[in-house]
Amino acid sequence: MLYDVTHRTTYTYESDVSISHHVAHLRPRALRWQELQSFALEIMPEPNTLAERTDFHETPTTFFTIEKPHAELVVTARSRVRVAAPVLPRQSPAWETVRAACAGDVLSEATATGEFRFDSRHIVRSAAFADYAAASFPAGQPLLDGLRDLTSRIFRDFKFDKRATTVATPLLDFFQNRRGVCQDFAHFGIACLRSLGLPARYVSGYLETIPPPGKKRLIGADASHAWLAAWCPGYGWIDADPTNNLLPGDRHITVAWGRDFSDVSPLRGVVVGGGEHELEVSVDVAPLAE
Amino acid sequence: MSPLSTTAAAPLTTGFFADYRPPAEVFDEMQAAGGAVRPHWQELARRLERLGAEGLRERRENVRGLLREHGVTYNVFAEGRSAERRWELGTLPLIIAAEEWARLVPGLIQRTRLLNLVLADIYGPQRLLREGVLPPALLQANPGFLRPCHGMQVPRGIFLSLHAIDLTRAPDGRWWVLTDRTQAPSGLGYALENRSIVSRVLPEEFRACRVERTAAFFAERRAGLQAMAPWTETPNIVLLTPGPLSETYFEHAYLARQFGLPLVEGGDLTVRDRSVFLKTLDGLQRVDVIVRRVDDTYCDPLELRGDSFLGVPGLVEAARAGRVAISNALGSGAVESPAILAFLPKLARHLLDEELQIPNVATWWCGQEAARESTLRGLGTRVVKRSFVGHAEPAFGAGLSAEAREKLAARIRANPENYVGQERVALSTVPLWTGERLEPRPLILRCYVCATVDGFAVMPGGLTRVSATPDSPVVSSQHGGASMDTWVLSAGPVESVPMVETSAATASFERGHAAVPSRVVENLFWLGRYAERLEDTTRLLRTALGRLAGEGGPGDERELAALARWLVVTETLPERFGKKFTPGELAAALRDLVFAREEPGSVRAQLARVGFLIASVRDRLSGDTWRILNQMQLEFPTTIRRATPGSIVAALHRLIIQLAAFSGMEMENMTRGPAWRFLAVGRRLERAINVATNVRAVLATDPARIDALPPLLEYTDSTMTYRRRHFAQPELPATLDLLLADVSNPRSLAFQCRAISRHCDELPAANGTRPDFAPFLQVVARLTVANIPALGEAARSGEPARLEALLGEIIDGCSALSELLGATYFSHVIPRLS
Repeated sequence: MLYDVTHRTTYTYESDVSISHHVAHLRPRALRWQELQSFALEIMPEPNTLAERTDFHETPTTFFTIEKPHAELVVTARSRVRVAAPVLPRQSPAWETVRAACAGDVLSEATATGEFRFDSRHIVRSAAFADYAAASFPAGQPLLDGLRDLTSRIFRDFKFDKRATTVATPLLDFFQNRRGVCQDFAHFGIACLRSLGLPARYVSGYLETIPPPGKKRLIGADASHAWLAAWCPGYGWIDADPTNNLLPGDRHITVAWGRDFSDVSPLRGVVVGGGEHELEVSVDVAPLAE
Repeated sequence: MSPLSTTAAAPLTTGFFADYRPPAEVFDEMQAAGGAVRPHWQELARRLERLGAEGLRERRENVRGLLREHGVTYNVFAEGRSAERRWELGTLPLIIAAEEWARLVPGLIQRTRLLNLVLADIYGPQRLLREGVLPPALLQANPGFLRPCHGMQVPRGIFLSLHAIDLTRAPDGRWWVLTDRTQAPSGLGYALENRSIVSRVLPEEFRACRVERTAAFFAERRAGLQAMAPWTETPNIVLLTPGPLSETYFEHAYLARQFGLPLVEGGDLTVRDRSVFLKTLDGLQRVDVIVRRVDDTYCDPLELRGDSFLGVPGLVEAARAGRVAISNALGSGAVESPAILAFLPKLARHLLDEELQIPNVATWWCGQEAARESTLRGLGTRVVKRSFVGHAEPAFGAGLSAEAREKLAARIRANPENYVGQERVALSTVPLWTGERLEPRPLILRCYVCATVDGFAVMPGGLTRVSATPDSPVVSSQHGGASMDTWVLSAGPVESVPMVETSAATASFERGHAAVPSRVVENLFWLGRYAERLEDTTRLLRTALGRLAGEGGPGDERELAALARWLVVTETLPERFGKKFTPGELAAALRDLVFAREEPGSVRAQLARVGFLIASVRDRLSGDTWRILNQMQLEFPTTIRRATPGSIVAALHRLIIQLAAFSGMEMENMTRGPAWRFLAVGRRLERAINVATNVRAVLATDPARIDALPPLLEYTDSTMTYRRRHFAQPELPATLDLLLADVSNPRSLAFQCRAISRHCDELPAANGTRPDFAPFLQVVARLTVANIPALGEAARSGEPARLEALLGEIIDGCSALSELLGATYFSHVIPRLS
């Protein structure tokens, strides 16, 4: 599938901001199954400083500063991305084998996944999460089957509710109240896997906007979306979207990944002045005819 | 390190040495087995014998007096918390022999070189992980490993330009490393202060023992910092503090003064075009080197922790761009984890091809299976620490119940990488003089290594800390322990070097007023206002309480009633005092106005506010000024239950004299730069507002306006002048003339207005423009041309409205000027996350 994605973030401030610094993670990553054909980042007003780099997880990162007074900031990312459905492995090792493969004292492809195995700012492992996950991972359960089962259980047990949580809601609260948004679903799934000793990472991206004829509209459209990925030796990372109860195919566009949301928030900033602000985010994912 | 020789030692049996009995199973620094004093302690011991217990008691008092006077504190200005604590310093030093120190120095430097190499690798190619020297999980699980700092080029490759190493001595006499402090090591300022006090209290002993001086080390540190910014010949260096609430704020201010560096908070700095600038009255000034006392993760709310504004947004990017050097480099905390200790011997062999010269205390990182099992098996004898939580309490396995031990084991099994097992070390002891006797106390010696222009240097000495009680296993300032000066004996003659050399390369920050951060100026302005408000309140209350104490004279009762009515108008006293009240009721109300903590206008509350402001500009005040202000805080009585008007008046007298000493210091000792000017203009504005407010209140209350005049003159310190001029009972017109129009009376309104106008002329431009002072000057002109005696006559005959209106205009004009100054010079808004 070929998509044109327009992701626009608008900050409207009550009074002038005198200086602001921002970090953006908006450029989609290139993957085995995803090709970035073009990308443009428009920032209004024009930044005084702009620096591109890739971060520790090789996510494209843009730093910019606006040093003149402004009451509105509009950041628009336009990407043309071709996505193919990833081909999943036919079989996967038992989850205990995966856990053992990740532990080791020499840095390798397998032990590098340790980066996503321990606690991070928003995700702290706990016995409660391990208990919840255990039902999907009985002894000897192949990783992929366990991941599928966990994804469906989270989808069934939790309810999508935009008003239930904020960025600051602790994961245990989400676990107790069973309501939240895609970010909470992803964080919870990651917490379950990590609490079993398995590596899991947070993926941010987009979901196709227009539902195919006759199909139900998917939750998470018209906004940036988030899901998770688990690691499978000999294959790599397998994405899973518990908010929609599926393993992503060619309708999920990957932007960035990290240990949790805080590593990849699409646009982060520290401003001086400005008073109260309003934030408006619009995402449009338009499939292109080929 | 080989154990010390004890051959030439003779046992000391006389005096208090006879009673000194260190535990036999540990190493005592002074006393060898068999009771002999070790050779390098003998000079001091002989002199102490001569001094005797009485002499030592006196020296101990001297130490305490100096500490109090210097206001050496550990977290003293944490408002609303009772955790404030004075710094404790033993009278006697820890002594280390010259040859022993000479053996330690290369080992300490080796450790700093090693940790620098480890940091350079983990923030760079990570070969240590690929080659299996350091387990990857040690970094992956470590929140102190700052991912945004990976790949950064650190100027000259120096991550640790200051490294603190905590040493302990085992029973066999060998020194061992307990911990490393790598991100923002504390204690250097306290060590310096300890030296300055102990060398003053034991001057002959200090000279006779030939103690190595520390000045050369500080000069090397200074030069090392200057060399950190290779892009400039004259780097601007600042010291970044989390602020007066930080537990070690005392030493931040102290070091800033000693090194001549501006003490700045996060809000004083701003990043523009990926460079760091200091906001000053004259605009932005480039900063080249930041000595930080802010922890790693708090340094940049944009890329590190977003929930704190102690840091500077964009600092990580500025460091990444190589346009600012930071001591220590961001991310240095990654090797502060005790887990690293387990791997250092191997790292030393791998990176330096050397053995670790000073061994670590044996450490097992539970993230590795064998180490975990060994720790779980040996739980009963080991110390368990958190791998990645800096200041968490260690658990001493031996002291735990079986149940607690089982719980600990379960926690370790659940998240093993978060725990470290360490061998428990029997710390060596050193004699601490308690005032009664010498007591053996377990000690930890913190040593400092700094980067110099072309290598590393070790401070001869360090910060010795001892536990609060003889048998406490924990040695820490947070646990109420004490500290000691550390004397490293010199093998040869001792050079004397000035404390900090002022070289030609000293930053331009130190010249003139260029580098006063706007925040400091703002705090000085408010210090001027609050100190004056405090004096005003104190004078008013003294005037009232003096009459209650019967000090005034025959008119006391009528004057009190008049004074009470006027204080009702200013809303200082509640309504009911406008009518009838008993002296007891008034005394109780006034006592509250002096002592009540929760009453924001009380003397006590104002004193606290002044104290906080003083703390925040401490590096700008001279030592004497600080002593006066500190004394003021210390001497103000805290027990108030039985306070009689007379005793309160005595306390207020003292306070007024101390406040006078402070304004004297300000007049005679402060350079006439913008810092002084803002302090002075704050004081004048406040006094103008207070005089005008109180005179207006008198006009509004007293129909005869006679009874209120003696208290009014007393409160404005103008009684003598009035008597000299008029030889009569006070009359309203003449009193008003003296208090409002007389430009020769430093308490008069006209005097304040004139002074403020002159200050306005001298204030610098802000961002190229000067604020518009015209509205204020017009108000002043109206006062100048007013015929005050005539207006006073009118008021006396029941027509006070015109005078009241004039006073109202002046009060409003002063408030407007205060706001104008704020908007023009202090408007740095706090950044926030969006």
